[in-house]
Amino acid sequence: MDHNEKDIDDVTGIDTTGHEWDGIKELNNPLPRWWLWAFYATIVWAVLYTVAYPAWPLVNRATGGLLGYSTRGEVVQQIEAVEAQNATLTAALASVDLASLSEDQMLNRYAIAGGAAVFRTYCSQCHGSGAAGAVGYPNLLDDDWLWGGEIEEIAYTVRHGIRNEVDSDAHWSEMPAFGELLEEQEITNLVEYVRSISGQQHDAAMAAEGTILFEEQCTACHGEAGMGDDSLGAPNLTDAIWLYGGDREALTETITYSRFGVMPPWSPRLSDAEVNAVAAYVHQLGGGEQPATE
Amino acid sequence: MASQSSEPMYIAREPIFPRRVSGFFRTLKWWIMIVTLGIYYITPWIRWDRGPALPDQAVLVDLAGRRFYFFWIEIWPHEFYFVAGLLIMAGLGLFLFTSALGRVWCGYTCPQTVWVDLFILVERWIEGDRNARVRLWNADWDLRKWRLRLTKWIVWILIAVATGGAWVFYFADAPTLLVDLFTLNAHPVAYTTVAILTATTFVFGGLMREQVCNYMCPWPRIQAAMMDPETITVAYRDWRGEPRGKKHENTEGDCIDCMACVNVCPAGIDIRDGQQMECITCALCIDACDDIMDKIGKPRGLIDYLALSDEEAERAGAAPKPIWKHVLRPRVLLYTALWSLIGVGLVYALFVRSDIELTVEPVRNPTYVTLSDGSIRNVYNVRLRNKLGDDRQFRMMLSSDDILRINMEGEGAQTNQVTVPANESLIQRIYVTARPEDPAASRDRTDLRLWVEDVQNGDRAGRATTFNGVEQ
Repeated sequence: MDHNEKDIDDVTGIDTTGHEWDGIKELNNPLPRWWLWAFYATIVWAVLYTVAYPAWPLVNRATGGLLGYSTRGEVVQQIEAVEAQNATLTAALASVDLASLSEDQMLNRYAIAGGAAVFRTYCSQCHGSGAAGAVGYPNLLDDDWLWGGEIEEIAYTVRHGIRNEVDSDAHWSEMPAFGELLEEQEITNLVEYVRSISGQQHDAAMAAEGTILFEEQCTACHGEAGMGDDSLGAPNLTDAIWLYGGDREALTETITYSRFGVMPPWSPRLSDAEVNAVAAYVHQLGGGEQPATE
Repeated sequence: MASQSSEPMYIAREPIFPRRVSGFFRTLKWWIMIVTLGIYYITPWIRWDRGPALPDQAVLVDLAGRRFYFFWIEIWPHEFYFVAGLLIMAGLGLFLFTSALGRVWCGYTCPQTVWVDLFILVERWIEGDRNARVRLWNADWDLRKWRLRLTKWIVWILIAVATGGAWVFYFADAPTLLVDLFTLNAHPVAYTTVAILTATTFVFGGLMREQVCNYMCPWPRIQAAMMDPETITVAYRDWRGEPRGKKHENTEGDCIDCMACVNVCPAGIDIRDGQQMECITCALCIDACDDIMDKIGKPRGLIDYLALSDEEAERAGAAPKPIWKHVLRPRVLLYTALWSLIGVGLVYALFVRSDIELTVEPVRNPTYVTLSDGSIRNVYNVRLRNKLGDDRQFRMMLSSDDILRINMEGEGAQTNQVTVPANESLIQRIYVTARPEDPAASRDRTDLRLWVEDVQNGDRAGRATTFNGVEQ
């Protein structure tokens, strides 16, 4: 079209920009002036914003901004704020008498919630995120405890660990590898005996042979009836729970070579409040024991 | 190219001085203004007793506590679909009214329209009617002009502060917040909100007015899609009014070109030019024109609510269609049906809402636990919500075709009872156990139903779930 002529739209009587797409033309309506000022204001705002907040990328890092804001700093602030808010509860939890923790509902709920977080961070690698354990790593959901299931016993185990050489207060016991002391047939007889006292299918004749061996070799730790002893970490052999398996193969391996499960001490790495929290959490997972009442 | 156009790139706002008008629609608009502003300012002050643990404000959006209170209804975050449903209904309602009656929302009830109306009223009280305001606009900035302008602006700001101030009362206990606001004890967010809404009210209602509708609001453009020639809207009976002219000019049309319709228009347009994007159908031109028609002894309705299809029919000498024929169109009926469907659905959902709110989540990590006596135990996390203002005590029970036992962790373990504090939700760990000889212990899945009973009134609610055994 001729650029010197105005192209007036017939319907509206308004000048067009001269741009045309498939017969559709763009009207050349003027913008409101305040819109222009608003546009300039956004530019000014943008410039001020890049001065006030981290913005321009440089070689090593971006400009910091006059306000000194950073998202990391904000997270740190928020965490500090939460910690400050919970300071009283945390202090109370660090020095609480665990046996009476459940009487303080507020503190108990705080401990369990915090303990769940501690558990997921530090314990789930071995015991599983659902605390169901694995072969060699105890299931914390059941009612069978190697070193005691009262809340204070759990806290002690968490604090000092098991069979580690870091903490001199760690639980310690060691089962001999009977492969060096007994004949293969004797071990087989023992296996049949252990299966008999745990109510599993077994060879009665062999089990009878194993009875004497058991009394000689095993009762010192596992007790006369094979019920175990949680002051020695000796498992109860009569129940349905097996840390390494209750089948013949696993039992034979256990007796022949022994087992040596290790847990690190958590005391220096976790604060007293965190140890108490995770003990409270584990204690309420389903198997927690109450102190025996007189 | 633009430089060759005589049109400027940017234009300043043309000031508009709407003249005072009286008549049916003006009266209707006054009443709507009183009712809508009344609802807005008074609602946060209505009290509603919900018991000691809950707020006693009838309408309260408690953002920090994540609760929404509306008289006897309490909405928790998991029930936000009620709010979503209301918003959808509001949208469909707008479609419905627009397709039937044009831009009635814009003309009568839009907050922008209502507050602009209020601001113009104040302007008229202080500076006088249209002619006085035009003179004042053109006058030099002498003492009188300063005095009138400052008075007007101060009153506007007071209204704006009250508007922004009323808004924050919906989000906190109104009497407490009012005291806090004046004693400078309120949260900075409250002051910021009041400040922002004061500024927008003052600028939009006082200074920008129709610019908001024309340039900022998407509705004028979207609503055009809801309208068709059958939609009833404010229009000029072109066939009757034209050719227009002064009375002594003896032109044949009824329009005497008195400009009354233009002078009262808050959008600053001439309705006689036909349908325009700027027209908010406030109907004030109808009042103005009817007044003139009465004076010159012509029938009313030169400017009227009418459908564009009627305008054509009347021009051809035919009678217009009755209003119900315009309104009962498929799209109007469809919008009505959809609107009612959602409304009925929401009301139904509201009334079948259980008094006991619970969800049962079977713990799947692990699916079961073997106990020392060989029993199989499943764990369930039961979430109980207590929406009432008093603590509630619930008893846990289960029903199943198999022999299963329920017990739980915590305070009320002996009686399987749990107390949920007022206005709180709580997750309770529940154990269901099968003895080794029970069939459920050695079956992959067993159906069961967990029941929760309110100890005080015996109300019950149940949820179906499953028990996992050790498949042999």
